[in-house]
Amino acid sequence: MVETATQIPASIDASTPEKVGLLRVLGPAHVWALGVGIVLVGEYMGWNFAVGKGGAYAALIACWFAGVLYTCVAMIDSEVTSTVAAAGGQYTQAKHIVGPLMAFNVGLYLVFAYTMLEAANAITVGFLIDTVAVMTGHDGLDQRPFIILAIMFLAWLNYRGVLATLSFSLVITAIAFSAIIILFLATAPFMGDSPLRHAELMTDLPYGWLGVLASMHFGLWYYLGIEGTTQAAEEVRSPARALPFGTLAGIITLLIAATLTWYVCVGLMPWEYLGQAGVPLFDAARLSGSTFLMVLLGIGTLFATLASANGCICDASRAWFAMGRDHYLPSWFGAVHPTYRTPYRSIIFLVPIALIFALGAPLDQVITFSILSGLLEYTFMPLNVILFRRKWPLETIKRGYEHPFHPIPAIVLLCLCGVAFFAVFLGYGTQLVAMVSFYVIVSLWFHFWRYRFVSRAAQFSMPWPRPAGY
Amino acid sequence: MDIWNFMEYAAWALSALFGLFIIIDWLRTDSTYSEEVLTSSREGELEALTEEHHI
Repeated sequence: MVETATQIPASIDASTPEKVGLLRVLGPAHVWALGVGIVLVGEYMGWNFAVGKGGAYAALIACWFAGVLYTCVAMIDSEVTSTVAAAGGQYTQAKHIVGPLMAFNVGLYLVFAYTMLEAANAITVGFLIDTVAVMTGHDGLDQRPFIILAIMFLAWLNYRGVLATLSFSLVITAIAFSAIIILFLATAPFMGDSPLRHAELMTDLPYGWLGVLASMHFGLWYYLGIEGTTQAAEEVRSPARALPFGTLAGIITLLIAATLTWYVCVGLMPWEYLGQAGVPLFDAARLSGSTFLMVLLGIGTLFATLASANGCICDASRAWFAMGRDHYLPSWFGAVHPTYRTPYRSIIFLVPIALIFALGAPLDQVITFSILSGLLEYTFMPLNVILFRRKWPLETIKRGYEHPFHPIPAIVLLCLCGVAFFAVFLGYGTQLVAMVSFYVIVSLWFHFWRYRFVSRAAQFSMPWPRPAGY
Repeated sequence: MDIWNFMEYAAWALSALFGLFIIIDWLRTDSTYSEEVLTSSREGELEALTEEHHI
């Protein structure tokens, strides 16, 4: 509609902006908080199902196997995104480096992975509050208002601005990470009388090497989502410096947190129990016999869950926004709030979707769809970086970070993705086939219908030289 | 009725409050600004102005 002077609110400057865009206000610490915040909940719960699949040592092998996979992801992502510094992260990378159809699929992987994870986190918030209610003697708590409140509060925070959103994430993520460190220090043998009993509790591989393979699926939980740092690319003050720094600091943090979590938990619980525990770190704190640790890890669990949901809203909305801005989806989604400078319509659109899954779908299915979408995204990354180096060699384009030993990380990542796909297929073959079928159908829709609305020249906006060989 | 029942009601009320804020602000924003302004964001504008990818 046409604006008039009387329609402009008093809070907005008299000179109505002609153009609005996202704000560059974030630093490396916010990037770290976004990446680690999404993931750290995987240390507090979920990873331990790897113990149930193959025993304690299988979970450790899965932890380091997935650690290598995600270190490759972080290095590759850091190089590409330090150059493609725009909202949408891997979607935007795919658009510039591979092509529109790949970009459309990657964009959907991102939105699905993060929205499903957000729903799973909201379900967990309801479960945690119910657990506290039961501990205080109240049975039959209605979890729904707490699930809805978690989503609505975080959506509101994201709507109001990215700086406050990720500053909030930074604080609660730092507390949740510190809680793991404190638990380790308080129970470690070098601190005196330790409750850890590794010598008694550790066993051989109960299901042999097949159990190790089966546990790989849940090994991803230790790190799933660290690649989300790239979604903040358009909102960091210095993308070439902050994105690689925040992402690589994030993966180092997670490698430490994952190993310490495994060490403490397997030293306190037999693998048969640990493999089925709902909140293993909280259980470990209870078994330590310290009320302080129990309260601290309880708070840590809640904060990790909220930080993850918060980061997921931030990332999913940026991916959806970027696709709308390029007309891969209706351009209505490409709007930016003139005051808060957030992709507000994308944030609003994804709220009911998250609520439907949080209130109507079982947790394990929601998580599985999130992991499958993530795995498809990781499979794209090695192909992406190989094409990137081939089309724009190091001497042709400036990078904020150059990952070492290329193409070894890409090849390793591709091989590890193959193993992870096989491991997922063993446990969730039907879901995997259903998900791939879904992406094939939407790809056909995009190719034969939607792409006609895309302005082909306008979508490639990076001031890059012509690719080698073109 | 114990404190947990009150907390359930409080959670419903706060959820509605956050939802209302978002919806009211969304409608107000959409009716105040033109669609051209709201969707004027373009990828890579800042980079195009400030960076040269040459070595």
